[in-house]
Amino acid sequence: MTIEVKNLVKKFGSFAALDGVDLKVNDGELLALLGPSGSGKTTLLRIIAGLDWPDSGEVAFNGEDALAQGARERHVGFVFQHYALFRHMSVFENVAFGLRVQPRAVRKDEATIRARVKELLDLVQLDWLADRYPSQLSGGQRQRIALARALAIEPRILLLDEPFGALDAKVRKELRRWLRSLHHEINVTSIFVTHDQEEALEVANRVVVMDKGKIEQIGSPDDVYETPATAFVHGFIGESIELPVQVEGGVIKLGDRPLRLAADGLVPGASKLFVRRHDMLVGPPGSGAFEGAVQHVRNFGPVQRAEIALSGGETIEIDAPRDRELHAGDTIGLEPRRYRIFAGV
Amino acid sequence: MTMQIADSVSLSSPEAKARAHAAAARNNLRTEPKAVRIAIITLAILFLTVFVVLPLVLVFAEAFSKGVIAYLSAIADPEALSAIKLTLVVAAISVSLNLVFGLVASWAIAKFEFTGKTFLISLIDLPFSVSPVISGLVFVLLFSAQGYFGGWLRDHDIQILFAVPGIALATTFVTFPFVARALIPLMQEQGTQEEEAAISLGASGLQTFFRVTLPNIKWGVLYGVLLCNARAMGEFGAVSVVSGHIRGETNTMPLLVEILYNEYQFVAAFAIASLLAMLALITLIAKTILENHLDEGHDVNDH
Repeated sequence: MTIEVKNLVKKFGSFAALDGVDLKVNDGELLALLGPSGSGKTTLLRIIAGLDWPDSGEVAFNGEDALAQGARERHVGFVFQHYALFRHMSVFENVAFGLRVQPRAVRKDEATIRARVKELLDLVQLDWLADRYPSQLSGGQRQRIALARALAIEPRILLLDEPFGALDAKVRKELRRWLRSLHHEINVTSIFVTHDQEEALEVANRVVVMDKGKIEQIGSPDDVYETPATAFVHGFIGESIELPVQVEGGVIKLGDRPLRLAADGLVPGASKLFVRRHDMLVGPPGSGAFEGAVQHVRNFGPVQRAEIALSGGETIEIDAPRDRELHAGDTIGLEPRRYRIFAGV
Repeated sequence: MTMQIADSVSLSSPEAKARAHAAAARNNLRTEPKAVRIAIITLAILFLTVFVVLPLVLVFAEAFSKGVIAYLSAIADPEALSAIKLTLVVAAISVSLNLVFGLVASWAIAKFEFTGKTFLISLIDLPFSVSPVISGLVFVLLFSAQGYFGGWLRDHDIQILFAVPGIALATTFVTFPFVARALIPLMQEQGTQEEEAAISLGASGLQTFFRVTLPNIKWGVLYGVLLCNARAMGEFGAVSVVSGHIRGETNTMPLLVEILYNEYQFVAAFAIASLLAMLALITLIAKTILENHLDEGHDVNDH
């Protein structure tokens, strides 16, 4: 099932949750919507599910207008952030719900329903919890039951809202890997919303980065990390050093100091220079584009994280390998191995 | 005190140490001298005894003062039986009306956003803030021979005032807030996610209501119905205004108690009153049980 979203606009009062969103999701894809809170990613997900309606724009499933259908007819599996399991029903009945509420004409008989629920509970590896109630489950178990319940209706599309948001770090990591292999197994077009870049980059085939109701970049995990399309994406994904610079007459200036960096093809004016923390190479004083004094150093296993006061006045943090130990008070030169400059920010 | 703690610290495990500290902290929090604590508790018990327990005991003592036979014959009196029947009928009517109204109103308030919502919430509380006598008078104003609808009702030969419909209306008005008040906070707290989940799984509106919404609020519904029923059976002011006090016809139990008392039939008056008191006791017990269930419901909600 492909999903096509065209020029979607949704306003809550004067706040534009979605401000002209275009998106194409391929069949069988596992797509991540990544962005800070308030970026409109959950609203987009809810509109695709039919739980919210856009002010204008189009949503099509396999080229068919989806907005003509209610949530009930769309056959979309939705996993809620807080799971929304039916608290008065056992795990078994939760998973069976979608099968039991089918119109009488197509409803399966009890034995078929039982077999199907058993199969789904096996799939999420929780068949031994069938008689428990949601309140007796851990967060990770609730999450998997919510997924089994959504899969029961054989959805054409699977939507997950912050699927790991309410779980602790260890369970998150396990479930991430599990979700990816599950998607590989069932291969249904899936979209999940997250504010956690690591999650998006690790799990998804493609990542959609959103901010303020707009899509900033769509690309593979490598694309959005290695070649961020906008300043926002560079700042949001991966740990970056951000420096306000001026581009003037073919020279890049930090404050009043010209930097020894190529300025070919850059738009003159106020800009922002982005460097990944680990892309700042340390050299002797006088070498490299920047110079600064080491303020203090902390060691994280193979890297040392140093806070450095640049001679221009800004303070930055870099991650350097431990082959050359840094000490507070050292004066060093810094050369960005790779950097990007975005105009007008 | 400090010495004791120090001793136990040196002797025992870290957990015991933590426990000792916690106990010390608790004792430090309770700063009132023992005498003050005893005085406060005694005062509370004394007050409850004089104002709550004593009257209740007296009702039963007075009802049985001429023996069990006199008590039973007072209740078996045709006038008493008709009052009991009327009270039950009126309570049944107003509780079922308020159950429907309350469900609809709290559903609308908790699950939807619309303009005038705050106004509707305050309107629901109106019967609580108005004296029941005034509520009764409103119905007299509307339905009496000189009232707004009086002429039309007379022409069509419909009797509302001084009859069962008037009493049921007044009772319904006075007891309206109970069900809605019990359900609104509960439904607001539960939110709409489970309903959204049900609909995305293909359930219709009715299936969602009966399979998801109603089971989640059933204890709240029972709680509201219980309080509504207790008030409906005990309502005096509003009913007194609209009933007309026709003996054996439009007297409810509370009205009959007053009439019998004014006629110096103390045993009969207190016998009926004892039935109302028993209703109160049963309500109290049921209320406690329901509150436990409601608390469990909240725990489940706690993710």
